[in-house]
Amino acid sequence: MKKTVFLGALTVAGLAAGAAAAGTLDDVKARGKLNCGVTTGLVGFAAPDANGEWHGFDVAVCRAVAAAVLGDPTAVEFVPTTGKTRFTALGSGEVDMLARNTTWTLSRDVDLKFTFVGINYYDGQGFMVPKALGVSSAKELNGATVCIQTGTTTELNLADFFRKNNISYEPVPIETNAEGQQQYLAGACDTYTTDISGLAATRATFENPADHVVLPEVVSKEPLGPLVRHGDDEWADVTRWTLNALIAAEEMGITSANVKEMASAPGSNPEINRILGTEGNLGEMLGLSADWAVNAISAGGNYGEIFARNIGENTPIGLARGLNAQWTDGGLLYSPPFR
Amino acid sequence: MSEVSYVRTEILPERDPPVIATGLIGWMRENLFSGWFNSALTILSLTFVVMLLDGILPWIFSPTWHATSLGECREILRGMGREGHYPGACWGVIRDRWVQLLFGFYPSELYWRPIMAFLLLGVALAPVLFSDRVPRKLLWFSAVYPFLFPWLLWGGSIWVPLSALAGFVIGWFVFRAADARAGGLAGIVAGVLAALVWWLLLSGYVVQGLDAILPIGIEAVQSRNFGGFMLSVTIGVVAIACSLPIGIVLALGRQSDLLIVKALCVGFIEFIRGVPLITLLFVASTLLNIFMPPGTNFDIILRVIIMATLFASAYMAEVVRGGLAALPQGQYEGADSLGLDYWQAQRLVIMPQALKISIPGIVSTFIGLFKDTTLVSIIGLLDPLGLSNAIRADSDWNGIVWELYGFIALLFFVVCFAMSRYSMYLERKLNTGHR
Repeated sequence: MKKTVFLGALTVAGLAAGAAAAGTLDDVKARGKLNCGVTTGLVGFAAPDANGEWHGFDVAVCRAVAAAVLGDPTAVEFVPTTGKTRFTALGSGEVDMLARNTTWTLSRDVDLKFTFVGINYYDGQGFMVPKALGVSSAKELNGATVCIQTGTTTELNLADFFRKNNISYEPVPIETNAEGQQQYLAGACDTYTTDISGLAATRATFENPADHVVLPEVVSKEPLGPLVRHGDDEWADVTRWTLNALIAAEEMGITSANVKEMASAPGSNPEINRILGTEGNLGEMLGLSADWAVNAISAGGNYGEIFARNIGENTPIGLARGLNAQWTDGGLLYSPPFR
Repeated sequence: MSEVSYVRTEILPERDPPVIATGLIGWMRENLFSGWFNSALTILSLTFVVMLLDGILPWIFSPTWHATSLGECREILRGMGREGHYPGACWGVIRDRWVQLLFGFYPSELYWRPIMAFLLLGVALAPVLFSDRVPRKLLWFSAVYPFLFPWLLWGGSIWVPLSALAGFVIGWFVFRAADARAGGLAGIVAGVLAALVWWLLLSGYVVQGLDAILPIGIEAVQSRNFGGFMLSVTIGVVAIACSLPIGIVLALGRQSDLLIVKALCVGFIEFIRGVPLITLLFVASTLLNIFMPPGTNFDIILRVIIMATLFASAYMAEVVRGGLAALPQGQYEGADSLGLDYWQAQRLVIMPQALKISIPGIVSTFIGLFKDTTLVSIIGLLDPLGLSNAIRADSDWNGIVWELYGFIALLFFVVCFAMSRYSMYLERKLNTGHR
């Protein structure tokens, strides 16, 4: 029966919160915590350690936003969401933002009424095969058995790719990545297909990673990015420009090591000054403090540092920058100007 | 007459039975090799068991307890000359994460609270489960425990559980007062109404007021930090404790002559039994979110507990109804002939027998419910199965499957096996010899 009390109290609290729901930015400031939706676990992108602290590439985005808004990268409540619960969690206001390797598609943006604030990782679907199979291109996979996660866009991409190339395949449906690994290693399928970042992480766990190759074909575009609810543009701006600040910081050579020093006095580069708040009033325009970007960059470093620490070439996952390099290095990362 | 008698005159001394009929050999002859067919089966089974153990035991006995990553486990095993697909278990993951698998993200300095809650659960259950060995006075503690349990786990102000308790007291006094003036049914209705008014409208303000005057409490822990085996046990214990009384009421309602009561009970039972638990969990986690006003924060664990309780109650109602149906009509008539009213008859004659008959069914519903709590991993709660996925997402432990599932299976087995053993003990104890 104490449930009823709980329920009553929570309803009252909920109604009070509902009445106060002016804007997400104000809510987050009032709460003193950012509720950030992450995956229940994806290697390199989000995972709790033995002490329950979350780490990962997506987690770093949450921490940067918390640092920008609240000045404290630890003021985040991580809400684990599954592929099935993520959109309702965001839509119902249970979380303020999702940073959960979610592919930006038209229907999610338009039909589900979300706003993707940018792209923090350009992924694509690929194939992994044992070297012993002697296959060098996905187009040679005619008649192959393919391990594929059901109910994902990868399943549809796979069908499209094989139909386009007029070859046949036999799907072996699996539910989770762990199951896929086991099935693939046990030889239940000739090839395993999922996002290339996932393939790299999976391959890194094998006894002999060198016995397996990721084929060169990338059969789909999977731009992954953080997203917020439709219709709260102030909040979308805050998250969008926090992500942009991380990207621009790498371009301009601002790192977690030198950001404090660079922010202590205006330097010679006016854009760096504007980002770090030593010149102009960009922070004020966003409804944040002047040192918002300094806090965001101090939280986990610039984009390059975050990438290197969580999924880069010196980690077990060992992903190359590839498409995720700065535009000046031939990649796709391109932050609009801070002006 | 010869000196030799034809019939033996003295009794032969007792002798041990022949060696092939006693001891180990005799037992084996009787049970394992009592014919060529059984002998062949025995040898086949033994070969199978030995092959199985030969495969599993080297995997289990693997000195990887102190390893800090899957790679290090493989180093250790390679150093021992073990290679292959499954050279040995990597127990380091259990050493690293067993606390997390038990408590989830519960703050580590507060672990004493869930531990205390579950130890006290044992104390509170003792007078119920072992009524012949434990003093009956302890029942008072059992009555208070439902208020203590959530307070220990979630923390917060002490006035919340106390005001919940006050609701029952107020309801009871209103019932007594109305009962004396207007009779039974009016008394019940008035009592329930008074309690509801207290819980839903008044208690919030009273708790706030008392908190302002005398803030006594322990650190509050958010539901989000619940996880691991503790989450399973919390959901399981609450759902089990609530589903039995609700199930009994539903079973009685289904047999009732009152049309509306009967229709409601049948409708509820058939609806809940007609949908899978996972559907109800999705309703709890996503649909309710959409229906409720934005910003409403209705605790997710509470929602899941309510759904699991409703689900188990419907099954429980049918199990109890089975017990009721097994009672001969004479028992009902006998109770009537003694002049007992409906509730007295149920309490003194019908239910003790019906529940005794239903024990195996009730306990298997409990066990099923407890195992069903793992379904919450699908809606993003980190129960042991959900955590196993999260642990694999750590690049140190990515690729570990069997060790985690084995450990989780062991946890569940211990609890379910204990429940099953207890039900057999209870059946023996209550066996008053109708056979």
